[in-house]
Amino acid sequence: MPTVRIPPVLRPSTAGESVIPANGANVGEVLRELVDRHPATQGQLFGNDGELNRYVNVYLNDEDVRVLSGLDTPVAAEDTLVLLPAMAGG
Amino acid sequence: MPTGADLIREAKERVRELDPSAVHDLLGNGNGAVVIDVREQHEFDEAHLPDAVHVPRGHLESRIEGAVPDRSRTVVLYCASGNRSALAADTLQSELGYTDVASMRGGITLWQATGYQVDVPTRLTPAQRDRYARHLVIPEIGPAGQLKLLGAKVLLLGAGGLGSPVALYLAAAGIGTLGIVDDDEVDLSNLQRQVAHSNDRIGVAKVDSAEQAIHAINPEVEVVKYRTRLEAANVIETISGYDVIVDGADNFPTRYLLNDASVRLRIPVVSASILGFDGQLAVFAPYVGPCYRCLYPTPPPAELAPSCGDNGVLGVLPGVMGLLQATEVIKLVVEIGEPLIGRLLLYEALGATFTDLKVRRDPDCPICSRDPETISDEELGVFPDYAAFCGAAG
Repeated sequence: MPTVRIPPVLRPSTAGESVIPANGANVGEVLRELVDRHPATQGQLFGNDGELNRYVNVYLNDEDVRVLSGLDTPVAAEDTLVLLPAMAGG
Repeated sequence: MPTGADLIREAKERVRELDPSAVHDLLGNGNGAVVIDVREQHEFDEAHLPDAVHVPRGHLESRIEGAVPDRSRTVVLYCASGNRSALAADTLQSELGYTDVASMRGGITLWQATGYQVDVPTRLTPAQRDRYARHLVIPEIGPAGQLKLLGAKVLLLGAGGLGSPVALYLAAAGIGTLGIVDDDEVDLSNLQRQVAHSNDRIGVAKVDSAEQAIHAINPEVEVVKYRTRLEAANVIETISGYDVIVDGADNFPTRYLLNDASVRLRIPVVSASILGFDGQLAVFAPYVGPCYRCLYPTPPPAELAPSCGDNGVLGVLPGVMGLLQATEVIKLVVEIGEPLIGRLLLYEALGATFTDLKVRRDPDCPICSRDPETISDEELGVFPDYAAFCGAAG
């Protein structure tokens, strides 16, 4: 099953979990399952139009899904999705 | 028995002499002429013609074939005033079979008096050889790399968690000039991680405190202090002239502002950010790799962008990330290794993991997809909800 790595700023919305297994054949499906299990992540990941928020970077393994096929990018069982927020702390 | 003056006069009668202007033209026309400085080492070290090869007259016969194996190549010799070079030129053409030899009339003295440029090589002092001894024995750095470090100007944006270790280690490494931008004062709560500051400097401006720490390690470093906050009105003036910028800013508006200005001026930025147990690191080299906006087109809303003040940070984390920044700065300055361009390095301290992600240039990037000259002052640091975001920044 693919896994999703949750950044610290989203962990309050996932009951503190940092790595969450989630099923799905593509990036959109995996993230939808994440949202189903942790509804508080809905507004943080997706806009009202159902698209990923522009400030949310999603990586399939080491590649940005924006340069793949976005939410339609196929996901294999051994893949890892990395949710990457910008951070400004210095 | 001829006198020394007789020998010099006779040699000058046998060899072709060229005025500095003719030598200048000859070297500029790209026909492959080689210029040889026949003076002593200490004279060569003080100043020499650009691209001159040093073959002291005392070593002429033993070294010239190594320097100029092709005896038909045009060879111009010079010394201080034109006497030694005439004797050397005579030797080359009369005894060693060089067919196109000339001596520069008046030597480097007349060359300089004519107004032509010379190279004045920078050399390490005995104290510098001692201080940087462990750099000098690394082949990738060596004396040439150390001289690059000593000549480099690096600007630190922030003298806080990230800026502190960067400042200390770059000072130790011998970066010639360290600029520091910070408008804050040292607070007791900083000392858990901001190691350039100290208990007895609480209340002191961070730029002053950092300067003390830098000079305590290496008094040779020139410190340029900017006790200000980077803003659209001062960013271009502040960052101009620096070779590399280290971004350790604690807020998004400053990071976007710095990005836009550094792209316009084509200055690479070594960027890191920290929160909790997590760190991110990337090198943004304008027009070589992606810029900050390619990676993060828009900042997250305030609730997803807490500051270290709000959410805390492990005290050693900026040490880890800051030293990775300092390492990237040194690589950029010395031009070694593979800088972290087009990649984002994530460090997660609790899991002790490093993750390397690819970052691509965005062909539609609002900043770096354009010619730098077209990026206006009014656009620097602007993003759609700037005003709303600024209120929550910091």
